[in-house]
Amino acid sequence: MNVFLAQQADRIELPAIDYAAILPMLIILGAACIGVLFEAFLPKHQRWPGQVVLTLLAIAAAGVALGAYVGGSPAEGTTTLSGTLSIDRPALFLWGTLLALALGAVLLIADRSIEPGGAFVAQAGIAPGTVQDRAQVGSTGMQTEVFPLALFALGGMMAFCSANDLLTMFIALEVLSLPLYLMCGLARRRRLLSQEAAVKYFLLGAFASAFFLYGLALLYGYAGSVKLADIANATAGTDRSDTLLFAGLGLLMVGLLFKGSVGPFHTWTPDVYQGAPTPVTAFMAACTKVAAFGGMLRVLTVAFESTSWEWRGVLWGVAIVSMLIGAVLGLTQTDVKRMIAYSSIAHAGFLLIGTMALTEDGLSGTLFYLLAYGFTTLAAFGVISLVRDSTGEATHLSAWAGLAKRSPLLAAVFTFLLLALAGIPLTSGFVGKFVVFSAALSDGMAPLVVIALVFSAVAAFFYLRVVVLMYFSEPAADGPTVSVPGAFTTAAITLGVAVTLLLGVLPAFALDWAGAGGFAIS
Amino acid sequence: MIASSWLLVAFPALGALILLAGGKRTDAWGHLLGCATVIASFVYGLVLFFSTSFDQASDTTLYSWIPVGALQVDFGLRIDALSVIFVLLITGVGALIHIYSIGYMSDDANRRRFFGYLNLFVASMLILVLGNSFVTLYLGWEGVGLASYLLIGWYQDRPTAATAAKKAFLMNRVGDVGLALAIFLMFKYIGSTGYAEVFAGIGDIPPAAITAIALLLLLGACGKSGQFPLQAWLPDAMEGPTPVSALIHAATMVTAGVYLIARAAPIYNLTEDGRLVVTIVGAFTLLLGSIIGCAYDDIKKVLAYSTVSQIGYMMLAVGLGPFGYALGIAHLLTHGFFKAGLFLGAGSVMHAMNDEVDMRKFGGLRSKMPITFATFGLGYLAIIGFPFLSGFFTKDAIIEAAFGQEGWRGWVFGGAALLAAGITGFYMTRLVLLTFFGKQRWREIKSSDGRDFHPHESPTVMTAPMIVLAVGSVGAGAWLILGDRLADFLAPAVGPLAESEHGVLPHAIVPWLTVLISALGVGLAWMLFGRKETAVERPQNVAWPVRAARKDLYGNALNETLVATPSLWATRFAVFLDNRGVDGAVNGLAAALGGGSGRMRRLQTGFVRSYALSMLGGTVLIVAALLMVRFS
Amino acid sequence: MAQGGPDAGLGVYLPLVLIFVLALAFATLSVLLGPLLGPSRFNRAKFSAYECGIEPSPQPLVGAGRMPVAYYVTAMLFILFDIEMVFLFPYAVSADALGLWGVAAATLFIATFFIADAYVWRRGGLDWN
Repeated sequence: MNVFLAQQADRIELPAIDYAAILPMLIILGAACIGVLFEAFLPKHQRWPGQVVLTLLAIAAAGVALGAYVGGSPAEGTTTLSGTLSIDRPALFLWGTLLALALGAVLLIADRSIEPGGAFVAQAGIAPGTVQDRAQVGSTGMQTEVFPLALFALGGMMAFCSANDLLTMFIALEVLSLPLYLMCGLARRRRLLSQEAAVKYFLLGAFASAFFLYGLALLYGYAGSVKLADIANATAGTDRSDTLLFAGLGLLMVGLLFKGSVGPFHTWTPDVYQGAPTPVTAFMAACTKVAAFGGMLRVLTVAFESTSWEWRGVLWGVAIVSMLIGAVLGLTQTDVKRMIAYSSIAHAGFLLIGTMALTEDGLSGTLFYLLAYGFTTLAAFGVISLVRDSTGEATHLSAWAGLAKRSPLLAAVFTFLLLALAGIPLTSGFVGKFVVFSAALSDGMAPLVVIALVFSAVAAFFYLRVVVLMYFSEPAADGPTVSVPGAFTTAAITLGVAVTLLLGVLPAFALDWAGAGGFAIS
Repeated sequence: MIASSWLLVAFPALGALILLAGGKRTDAWGHLLGCATVIASFVYGLVLFFSTSFDQASDTTLYSWIPVGALQVDFGLRIDALSVIFVLLITGVGALIHIYSIGYMSDDANRRRFFGYLNLFVASMLILVLGNSFVTLYLGWEGVGLASYLLIGWYQDRPTAATAAKKAFLMNRVGDVGLALAIFLMFKYIGSTGYAEVFAGIGDIPPAAITAIALLLLLGACGKSGQFPLQAWLPDAMEGPTPVSALIHAATMVTAGVYLIARAAPIYNLTEDGRLVVTIVGAFTLLLGSIIGCAYDDIKKVLAYSTVSQIGYMMLAVGLGPFGYALGIAHLLTHGFFKAGLFLGAGSVMHAMNDEVDMRKFGGLRSKMPITFATFGLGYLAIIGFPFLSGFFTKDAIIEAAFGQEGWRGWVFGGAALLAAGITGFYMTRLVLLTFFGKQRWREIKSSDGRDFHPHESPTVMTAPMIVLAVGSVGAGAWLILGDRLADFLAPAVGPLAESEHGVLPHAIVPWLTVLISALGVGLAWMLFGRKETAVERPQNVAWPVRAARKDLYGNALNETLVATPSLWATRFAVFLDNRGVDGAVNGLAAALGGGSGRMRRLQTGFVRSYALSMLGGTVLIVAALLMVRFS
Repeated sequence: MAQGGPDAGLGVYLPLVLIFVLALAFATLSVLLGPLLGPSRFNRAKFSAYECGIEPSPQPLVGAGRMPVAYYVTAMLFILFDIEMVFLFPYAVSADALGLWGVAAATLFIATFFIADAYVWRRGGLDWN
């Protein structure tokens, strides 16, 4: 952007760049570029190992860089790259969360032992249903482009969480979205469903991006700047058109709510979660939600805190609608991936409650909830990928009947994860709900908390239904088999379950991190 | 001793962990480990009990559980008179029932897992009573709910068991919402959820908030303790194995509601209205439970409704405030003994009778199972309030305290409690007569799986716990009540026991009036069931008194109707949806379109255009609402 | 907005309204005049979309009738080079003022850009068959 300033004849003042602060993001995006080169120059059989090693190394290196930076970082945060990125405590927490979740998701993506050749198609370009398509189901190749795509998306998410102006945020939104659209269409089995999911996600995502952009434009018209802090200053003035401000805010929020799959902007969620390859669904469900709510927290806290009285009522309504849709529609789902999708819509409603409470407790509670929910849902999709029959994953609930008799360990793990989603104590879900709801309550949202509690009780019902089905039903005669997970999937599920348990029993350290500081306002 | 009281919880928790995670490797000795951990906790509890003075509560903080901003939830334990009494009850009765289960579950392939769940339950229940904050209590509260759910659904091949487990879990969730809201309100007004801070600060908050907290806590208590209007799950919970019914659904877990209210005594002391509602719920439930108890032929269901009714007595007692906290706890303890004993006796009978539960198929078993008969008989005498047995002291004390209220309350609550005592005499006598006396009706029929009945006495590992409990049923009441031993002991925790002086009936009359009314009930039952033979099939055309008992089925229908009233419509709705949607789908039927969810589901058409439209609609609504809020 | 405050009245918007009305009138008129004045002779080409004689969406025979994918790749590459130019022109204008840092930045930008080119080239995106 800065080259545009070149109209001045003299030497241009270069923006200061805090390389240490943005190093994790640079590593991820750089590794993604290298991944593309791998695709270009490595022979076919070397691509998979090369990509897996590169991706895992990149995430680990980014984690190390993040850890090294956090120790000496200023408590109040810093902005860099001419103030377009704000590296503060919430951003660092979200980066850490994203990296850890992405590590798990990449492990799921990399697994090739459950399905020979992995969950991804060998040649995405072949039309579904053709002879060539049937032939490639049996082949053991896969589109290894999924690894650099995942890294690009991850880099976009990290930028999204720390974007300090709306234009950067929009770029980050596109960087995180475009690879995801593509990854949705890469499932090896059920190609049509997968491609349909990709197209749906793309169309609706473009629609939502347009809303975001309109909102951005209106807010620019209002404040004369796209910087969050400038918008906040502008709202303090009185002689401007509030219509621009609130119409802009509304449209901007639609774009963000869409990414967070908050009802009524959730419509893509069930279809896409169902159609996308399960590891990609896990990646989307865990990481996209973190990024979207991270962005929402920053926008609402930094730019719109002073107008919270006006918009809060509207977001109340949105949260209620989301919880209602998630909890009630979840009841009649017959596909386990769709059920988790509706669960994520209900969780989005709970998260929105914490996001609205613009207090320290609300911020740290929501950050904690994101961390907890991300790991639980990641592990849940990992488990789902293991239950298979001859046509691939057996996601219809009837296939899960009596699973506990065949595979007690898997049933027990999934039960634990469902209990975490339902918010039973000693799981991270309970602590997450507890901190979010109590923050909301102390910020004067008692009726909303009551409604949320009722809906979480209703939602507990459909988690329970699966437990009942697994333990108390007779197994179907031609039921699915449970694959023995490879090392990658085992590691991912273990990671998710361990974190879910750890955050339920000893959440103090994570709460400390989440509450370490607020957003940098500048 | 107090500092390491976490060991109390740690023993059974460790046992549960080893048994559930250890898998088949622990099959051989799992049941022994399960018993050993609970006995270890019991011994620790005994040593603690005798080595410590409980003049004041001592809190120990183990670690900081949920520290975020102003909210500090520590994971800590509180050792005081109230909690130590519960520890002894839970681990004592728990140990006996663990031992009994070795015999009862000996044929079950998954016995090890059963003991794992039982240990999980004991650990959770101990957390519930030992926690020093309402959040820790909530942790145990959910834990026992989970263990109860797993154990009710133990017989996985029975669809009724799965339904019952689900029902129990859901109704408990309704109660849990109440409890959670109460906790949030405490945090909002007092800024803490620890007992010490809450009880210290409760006096400074608005009276309306106190009442709200009290009523929400009551809702939680009703869910867990099977009190009106959330009682319907408890009888269904009898689908679980009988030791579970004895331990969880008679002696310990279902009394958690009574514990909660006694624990929250400082809150209830401040709200007259809150206490009144507790009393009304208790009085109503005790009548309801006892009346329905007459209508069943299923021996466990009768005992279950009896439990509902007896917990009603306890609720009534704790609702009387300082007049009744100690009495409620006393009845809770003696009930723990005699009801556990009755359930174990029922289990022993079922064990001998090919798991048959229909009392009409029993009869004349006293000669075949003398020990069971003797222990069951003592439990029976205790529950109907036979003079100088446990129930006589503790139940009559409650009836006395109820009559001790002034004005209409004395007459209504005392009258209800008295009437229910008579009905208790009736249905318990009927149960004993049908099971142990009369003709041996089982000789002519076969059990439902086609086998002949060969009743026999149960092995020692089962009868020994029954004998111990029978001893408790006989003596515990006198020991606890005479000389106000329990009341004095509990005084530091729940306040001293107050004596009413303005009652509607003199103290001296009430015990004998109760005995008289109970005797009437017993006599009526003997006239109907003792003098003549009972048919194996339920007779359809019968004389007036039996028909009256049958009409209590109508009471059950009423009960069902009441369940469907607003407080529960959401749960019912969910059950309805579940039956329509999931069960249908699982049976291979397409999910029915009925129900709101099905209708809403149609909005999820799969067409991008309609998705986009709904997004557009949402956007227009949001922007319009924002602008309206601004410019209105 | 710039000249008047909120008190300036709506007069400043008048040209805008006029342009809007003109545009609307022109569009309506063009659409209306076509059928009124033009001769109505129909043939097959006239009925096809855009009246240009080429079906934009071929009939969906399985596997057949698809547009060659190379078309999209070429279009994408065209746009990418376009955007690269958009950024490089301003850089060229102020290359002096940006100094060595500018050279480094522009090089990095072009290098990143060529990563995508290399991928397309190596994976056969530029082969026309």
